[in-house]
Amino acid sequence: MLHLAVLAPILFAVLVPFLYSKVRSIHTGWFVLIVPVSLFSYFLSYLPKIKEGTIVQTVNWIPSLNINYDLYLDGLSFLFSMLITGIGSLVVLYSIYYLHKSEKLGHFYVYLLIFMTAMLGVVLSDNLFVLYTFWELTSLSSFLLIGFWNHRERSRYGAQKSMLITVFGGLAMLGGFVLLSVTAGTSSIRGVIDNADLVLNSPLFTGILILILLGAFTKSAQFPFHIWLPDAMEAPTPVSAYLHSATMVKAGIYLVARLSLLFAGTDLFFILVSGFGLLTLCWGSYMAVRQTDLKGILAYSTISQLGMIMSMLGIGTEVAVFAAIFHIFNHATFKGSLFMVAGIVDHETGTRDIRRLGGLMTLMPITATLALFGTFSMAGMPLPILNGFLSKEMFFESTLNLGHEGSSLVATVAPFYPIIAIFGSIFTFVYSVLLFFKTFTGKGDLSKLEKKPHEPPFGMHLSPVILVALIVIIGLFPNLINGPIITPAVEAVYGSAPDKHIYFWHGFNSVPLLMSLIVVALGLVLYITREKWLSFYNVMPGRFSANKTYDYIVENVFTMSKKATSFYMTGSLRLYMSLILLFLVIVTGSIFIITDGFSISTDNLAPINWTEILIGLIMVGAAFATVLSNNRITSILVLGVVGFGLSLLFVIYRAPDLALTQLIVETVTVALFLLCFYHLPELKKREESVGNNLLNWIISISVGTIITLTAIASHSTKLFETISDYFVETSVPLGGGHNIVNVILVDMRGLDTMLEITVLGLAALAIFTMIKLRKDGEAD
Amino acid sequence: MEIIMSIVAGLLFTTGVYMLLQKQILRIIIGTSLISHGAHLLILTMGRLKTGAPPIIVEGVTQYTDPLPQALILTSIVISFGVTSYLLVLAYRTYKTNHTDNMDELRGTEHE
Repeated sequence: MLHLAVLAPILFAVLVPFLYSKVRSIHTGWFVLIVPVSLFSYFLSYLPKIKEGTIVQTVNWIPSLNINYDLYLDGLSFLFSMLITGIGSLVVLYSIYYLHKSEKLGHFYVYLLIFMTAMLGVVLSDNLFVLYTFWELTSLSSFLLIGFWNHRERSRYGAQKSMLITVFGGLAMLGGFVLLSVTAGTSSIRGVIDNADLVLNSPLFTGILILILLGAFTKSAQFPFHIWLPDAMEAPTPVSAYLHSATMVKAGIYLVARLSLLFAGTDLFFILVSGFGLLTLCWGSYMAVRQTDLKGILAYSTISQLGMIMSMLGIGTEVAVFAAIFHIFNHATFKGSLFMVAGIVDHETGTRDIRRLGGLMTLMPITATLALFGTFSMAGMPLPILNGFLSKEMFFESTLNLGHEGSSLVATVAPFYPIIAIFGSIFTFVYSVLLFFKTFTGKGDLSKLEKKPHEPPFGMHLSPVILVALIVIIGLFPNLINGPIITPAVEAVYGSAPDKHIYFWHGFNSVPLLMSLIVVALGLVLYITREKWLSFYNVMPGRFSANKTYDYIVENVFTMSKKATSFYMTGSLRLYMSLILLFLVIVTGSIFIITDGFSISTDNLAPINWTEILIGLIMVGAAFATVLSNNRITSILVLGVVGFGLSLLFVIYRAPDLALTQLIVETVTVALFLLCFYHLPELKKREESVGNNLLNWIISISVGTIITLTAIASHSTKLFETISDYFVETSVPLGGGHNIVNVILVDMRGLDTMLEITVLGLAALAIFTMIKLRKDGEAD
Repeated sequence: MEIIMSIVAGLLFTTGVYMLLQKQILRIIIGTSLISHGAHLLILTMGRLKTGAPPIIVEGVTQYTDPLPQALILTSIVISFGVTSYLLVLAYRTYKTNHTDNMDELRGTEHE
């Protein structure tokens, strides 16, 4: 049943184009809305079972490779399934009001439904390779959704960028998965965790961890792979709200959390995940302050929040994991609502630039209220009615408690973590405040806006209202979701979850609260004085940025490959010929040297005869004469000398049929050459540079040498007797002929002859065609 | 004798390959002819030279030269003849169409 639930959206997607083209009067979104809503209620029905234990269902897919479509529903998968289907429903509802019927809704909802299946597959899969399949499907559908308005250049750029970066990470992750499944001997995630000893003690451990983390970091926009996320803001706002804040960017978080049981506790995992997480937290929040676009701020804020969750997973203590899971949930609520608010502002004013916005509070009071809750929850404002505050407190607590447990490495870095956390949070506070006050307060010059702002239709408000209601409800009564949803998820990630965290509640005298107050105080100071220090951005990042590095790499991949190709693909046939021949010489020559293959033996040689040597000398001389001659008649005649010399040799070596054929063919060939001369220009004197000529000579002499050496060596090491005795014996009794060569040609090996006749026939046809057929209008 | 003939074949290959690397189409065709001559001589040499009578059954003769290489060469001569004549006509057409027989000028356009 779970299998069907995962595939339901993609199956429904088949119907969407029909609904879109046949039922034009109703917005297609209404039909699509059925899917996530019913999936949400379906998953909700698992709520009582999750506390009791996990649910495993399997369907064979490729059993011979141990790749089966195994699904696994535990607390963590359940939390994510609820987010995907729940926020999915809200986003579809929002998109109904956001996207006009004139948009290509058929495309939009098909992509969105594919994405939903992919995401459900990622969080429910138990098999590593099935997980990877769905993982790439999320990259693909995200690519399609970012490029939804594909007539815009920025959309295409953003889509390509996110595709390249996430697929790069996805492929690295696949490598990690292959190593992991080979090391652990199973491709099931539960199986891998059971065999943790094998993996942790394997020499491949470092490689496995880094490759898998590459996948997780690129998907979850961790530094320095965060650059695709701001550019993905070219997508329609419902997509940004759904994919790029609540669900897809958490796939990397999910993966790290899922494999926590395997990796957590190792120093490498701790330092990489928490280190990059904190770096991302600080860099994202720092960069967010600089943005002027509402969605740009939200994008960098998402990056920073994801960094915070990641760092908590890296810290991996009980409190930290609890805080991480709690924040995953909270972030989805407030970031989803903020994106929707940004979309409403965009929709109602025609701009998202905070420099042009301002004073919207009186015109859009409901939107402003929603934004107030969202931003303050994001800032971690110390008000116990906001869920963001609760998880931020736990984050501070987990950085504070770090020193008490863990290895020497953990103990060394522990004192710095709270400071870094405060630093990142201050900027989080600044951009959150900026986001709200710049948009909704002050005096905006409304005359410059394209539209006169007013409240949007009720339906557009519905989704963010629900999300904001969640913010407040969870802020007031966190235990409502702690027991049924968060605790099972923590159990799945950490292995156990004692009750004390669930009812954990800070007193007023706690250090984390103090830290929050410091953040608020310093944040306010920074916000008020921001005009004075904004120029610091010219120093850091200054001229350097990951975006420029990315552009540099992408451009250079094109130019470098073009250079590399045009280096040898010059279009010159002579160069290709030289390369082919050089390769032949080098390969054969080095095989000779490596295997010590050359040998020369004087046994079984025919006696030396001066007539034959003379003929040989004449042939060689004539061959060189063709090379040196600049007169075409001379060239062709001396070429004839070579041919006739060869037929003489055939006579001497007792091959009458060969001599006959060679004589006739040579005559005809010479005649043909002479015929062609009539049409071809004079042979020109060779205008060749000395260097080129020398190179040509070197190549041709080495080819000749290699041929001679191969011939001598193979003649000297004959391993078996010839099979010709059979032909000699059976020529008369079986073939009925005395001329053995002819019997072989037409009797023993008649197929050769038949195909050789075909070759001649084809050559004749081709010659006829070449002479007769002309393009239309081409002169004869 | 086989060693000497191997050297002769090698020299034919040398000149043939040198001609292949030239600019003019005609020289290239001469090069292919030289190479096929070299190859035929090589096949014959590899079958051992002169170990008996010509391969035509005559009463009382027991030792014949190896007939199999001869059959192979015969096939090869015919095929190389076909190819050479085809190449000659191709060269003729190339020259008529492009008004040049210089390989350096016969490069095709940028995106072919």
